[in-house]
Amino acid sequence: MVYLQRHIRKLVTLVGLGILLSLSLTSQAADLKPVIPTAKGGQCVEKTDVMRKNHMEFILHQRNDTLRRGIRTSKHSLKECIECHNAPANDGKVARISEKDHFCSSCHTFAAVKIDCFECHADKPEAAQYRTSAKGGH
Amino acid sequence: MKQDTDMNRRRFLGQAAAAAGLAVAPGVMLYEVQARPAGEAATSKQRWGMLIDTTKCEVGCNDCVTACKTENGWGASETKSSTEQQAQWIRKVKLTDKQTGHVQSLPLMCQHCETPPCVDVCPTGASMKRADGIVLVDKHICIGCRYCMMACPYKARSFIHESLSGQKAHAPRGLGTVESCTLCVHRVDKDGTPACVESCNAKGHKAMYFGDLNDPNSEISKRLKEFGGQQIRADLGLNTGVRYQGL
Ligand code: SF4
Ligand code: SF4
Repeated sequence: MVYLQRHIRKLVTLVGLGILLSLSLTSQAADLKPVIPTAKGGQCVEKTDVMRKNHMEFILHQRNDTLRRGIRTSKHSLKECIECHNAPANDGKVARISEKDHFCSSCHTFAAVKIDCFECHADKPEAAQYRTSAKGGH
Repeated sequence: MKQDTDMNRRRFLGQAAAAAGLAVAPGVMLYEVQARPAGEAATSKQRWGMLIDTTKCEVGCNDCVTACKTENGWGASETKSSTEQQAQWIRKVKLTDKQTGHVQSLPLMCQHCETPPCVDVCPTGASMKRADGIVLVDKHICIGCRYCMMACPYKARSFIHESLSGQKAHAPRGLGTVESCTLCVHRVDKDGTPACVESCNAKGHKAMYFGDLNDPNSEISKRLKEFGGQQIRADLGLNTGVRYQGL
């Protein structure tokens, strides 16, 4: 009987430890999640889950249509993505692609997926000013 | 939303153009070419070209070059490259006849060849010609081998040697890729005129004309028909889209 009690106590302690551990892990995971800046305007051209999964396909398709065929619709245009997703904040300034608070970088840094779109493409709307003076790019 | 606005604008312009049709003789009407809607691909119905009247192009004038730099963002952006390495989409060339001393000046840029050698040699398909004759580099797939630079008889192409920032939204350009005059394709697709031509005319020189070589009623075609227009290195048989008058 004593033997059983001791074991039960051990078990309870273990379970307790387990709960504590998993709790602290979840709170850490929450800290690590990307902080995604909110976009200008109400609705994206696609649903969020569709965009998260397929944005690279959309812009790949559009880039060929635009550059090679001269089709200039704005729905899946990278320029339009930037217009909304890196629109000037309250201070009237925008982030650089090299900074974590740029919409694209916020997720891509988290996912460790390096993109080279902005080696060539503008990372901000034409008229917007950068918040920092550091040189952009990777 | 933006797309709809564009479409409406184009439709409006289309109607305005139709309304502005001009009766030149009984039964003969001249119409402006209607702008292509944003969702439609460029076709071979058009072939865009340029005509440069060298008799009006002044030695020392650089207005077209400056306009191109400002429009497309090349030049000042390459801070680490040497002068030879820096991009040059359009340059002024001075020709002196050694016999007579006669001096001529002209702008030289990608000649938008009908049979472009740069496209022939490109191993990836990055160097390409659009259906309407505009020759471009698809930087998404350019590997920077620079074969096209070697192949071009006009030295029209540049390679980017350094990381760039602050590019124009309508003119993406960057490290490790080749670039050249796009005939301001972003403007042409909106029924506009290349920056160099616009500036040359705005400054009153009137040495450059842009238009559709396939349309016999366009100003450029009429001028070419009346005055003729030479190709630089016509012997190469490239049927260039850029023509010169008065050479
Ligand atoms: S001028 Fe040179 S870059 Fe332009 S189309 Fe001809 S070969 Fe290609
Ligand atoms: S540098 Fe780029 S565009 Fe030129 S030939 Fe090589 S891959 Fe083609």
